[in-house]
Amino acid sequence: MGMTQAEKILARASGRETVTAGEFVVGEIDLALLHDIFAAGVFDMLVDVGVDDVFDPGKTVVVVDHLVPAPSAEAAAIHQRIRDHVARLGIESFYDSGQGICHQLLPENGHIRPGALVVGTDSHTTTYGALGAGGTGIGTSDMVYALATGRLWFRVPETIRFVFSGELQPSVTWKDVILYLAGRFGADAAQYKAMEFGGDGASRADMSSRLTVSNMAVEMGAKFGLFAADEVTDAYLLDHGGVGCDPFGPDDDAVYEAVHEISLADLAPQIAMPSEVDNVSPVGDAAGLAINQAFLGSCTNGRIEDLRAAAEVLEGRHIAPGVRLLVVPASRSVMKEAMDTGVLATLVDAGASVLAPGCGPCFGGHGGLMGPGERCIGTHNRNFIGRMGSAEAEIFLASPATVAASALMGVIADPREVEVKDA
Amino acid sequence: MPDETMVGRVWKFDNDISTDVLSPGQYAVAPLEVRKLHVLESVNPSFAQECQPGDIVISGTNFGCGSSRETAPENLKAVGVACVVAESLARIFMRNAVAVGLPVIVCVGVHDAFEDGHEIEVDLATGRVRNVTTGVELQGDSLPEEMRGILAAGGILEVLRAQGGRGT
Ligand code: SF4
Repeated sequence: MGMTQAEKILARASGRETVTAGEFVVGEIDLALLHDIFAAGVFDMLVDVGVDDVFDPGKTVVVVDHLVPAPSAEAAAIHQRIRDHVARLGIESFYDSGQGICHQLLPENGHIRPGALVVGTDSHTTTYGALGAGGTGIGTSDMVYALATGRLWFRVPETIRFVFSGELQPSVTWKDVILYLAGRFGADAAQYKAMEFGGDGASRADMSSRLTVSNMAVEMGAKFGLFAADEVTDAYLLDHGGVGCDPFGPDDDAVYEAVHEISLADLAPQIAMPSEVDNVSPVGDAAGLAINQAFLGSCTNGRIEDLRAAAEVLEGRHIAPGVRLLVVPASRSVMKEAMDTGVLATLVDAGASVLAPGCGPCFGGHGGLMGPGERCIGTHNRNFIGRMGSAEAEIFLASPATVAASALMGVIADPREVEVKDA
Repeated sequence: MPDETMVGRVWKFDNDISTDVLSPGQYAVAPLEVRKLHVLESVNPSFAQECQPGDIVISGTNFGCGSSRETAPENLKAVGVACVVAESLARIFMRNAVAVGLPVIVCVGVHDAFEDGHEIEVDLATGRVRNVTTGVELQGDSLPEEMRGILAAGGILEVLRAQGGRGT
């Protein structure tokens, strides 16, 4: 009997020939990620249990990305503690403040390999499934255990497979696809489970799109959100880190809990309305609602492809009066490429404020929060109550093109309509 | 393993109780003694004060959804909750509950079968759930031995301490 991609990852990590969904295994950790919200606490706890090193400093990555540049003296003090611990533990893969968001930096710098088992103190660690890796979020005590021993227990998840066919229409993106899946199947459809994204449609998706989809797999409860590693993965890895990869994916006779066929050609741009990620409709259903803020960024959609898509909509135009457009590149190298290619100039000319690479306002930490009664449309991944400041603010989630079109019009807008108007 | 049956008074909650409700953001970095007093506050303001050691939380689906913050199960444990029995649990919450030593099990039908103040009996090893007040019996998912071992130790850090910080 064949194995799903999740089963293959956990079989290899636990040194077994085969594993089956439902089994418990102890897996060897290939990579552990900590970011600035939890890193100092985890390292303190490690000291508290009497462990003065980590299982493998070369397999531990620490990123300061959530509170950057430090918005308070407390945040700056946390960063100081992290730097002390990182130096003491000899961790070399340390991305200090200003380099970008963890889920952008790890793929970008070649840390993620197909088939690897990656744990992070962040729910969006599922992002690494885009490269065929088993990435999943864990809590701080589990991370202490993982850092001390290099191992952690896992339940082998059942897998739901999504098979995509056809081509997306212009102005429809993979952000729209994952929003559509969340809306159609629900926010706990993949609870404890793995999602696999396959079919011709998925093989045509570029790496940026795959990262978006795997990132949001957790919004459906998933433990992993997996694409097979293929030529697209190989080319991306050669560009980022210099070492390509062999194909890696599920067996043809793997056993799935469910298989869903999705036709890409039928999809319109989608939008998640307040205050659940699965409250999704075609963007037309929300069109015309006035917005105060548009946010282009986050680990979901802060890459060069996303900035470029927004710049294409905004080229030679200006955002509506009274609207704030915040652009937060996902990493410094994204920012540099956006500068070198003129994308950033286009966005600034259109009226954007550009913030330092990092999480920015995505989780309501700082840098572009909202007041009561305000409405924001953003490219990020969560629209929960209070996620971006006031509990009385509303958050809508959409693709970069939809966010740019909305900033331009001052109201939620379908990017296809904006282009039609201009033609 | 120690006795894995427990009997307690029921506190009942509905679907989608998030980590924001279990560990409100504004107290996220407050010390446990302060932080625990705000657990479930937005849905039941008297819960944290009135919860007694050994009480059991019953809930609808997707309990613990949201972020990876471990303070959510930690707060419940700190006010005395002995176990959470839910229609379904969010994955990271379930991991974190086991990691901090708070027993949790999934039992379909539990939300309809109980009201606040009922007495409940739960057997972690078999997954059997009984409403002592009404006599109704339900079959939940038993908790795998791996998780029960961590719970019996008092959480994953206790397992680590017992292994001398490294393990085998
Ligand atoms: S960008 Fe947002 S979702 Fe991504 S890691 Fe940062 S806070 Fe989390």
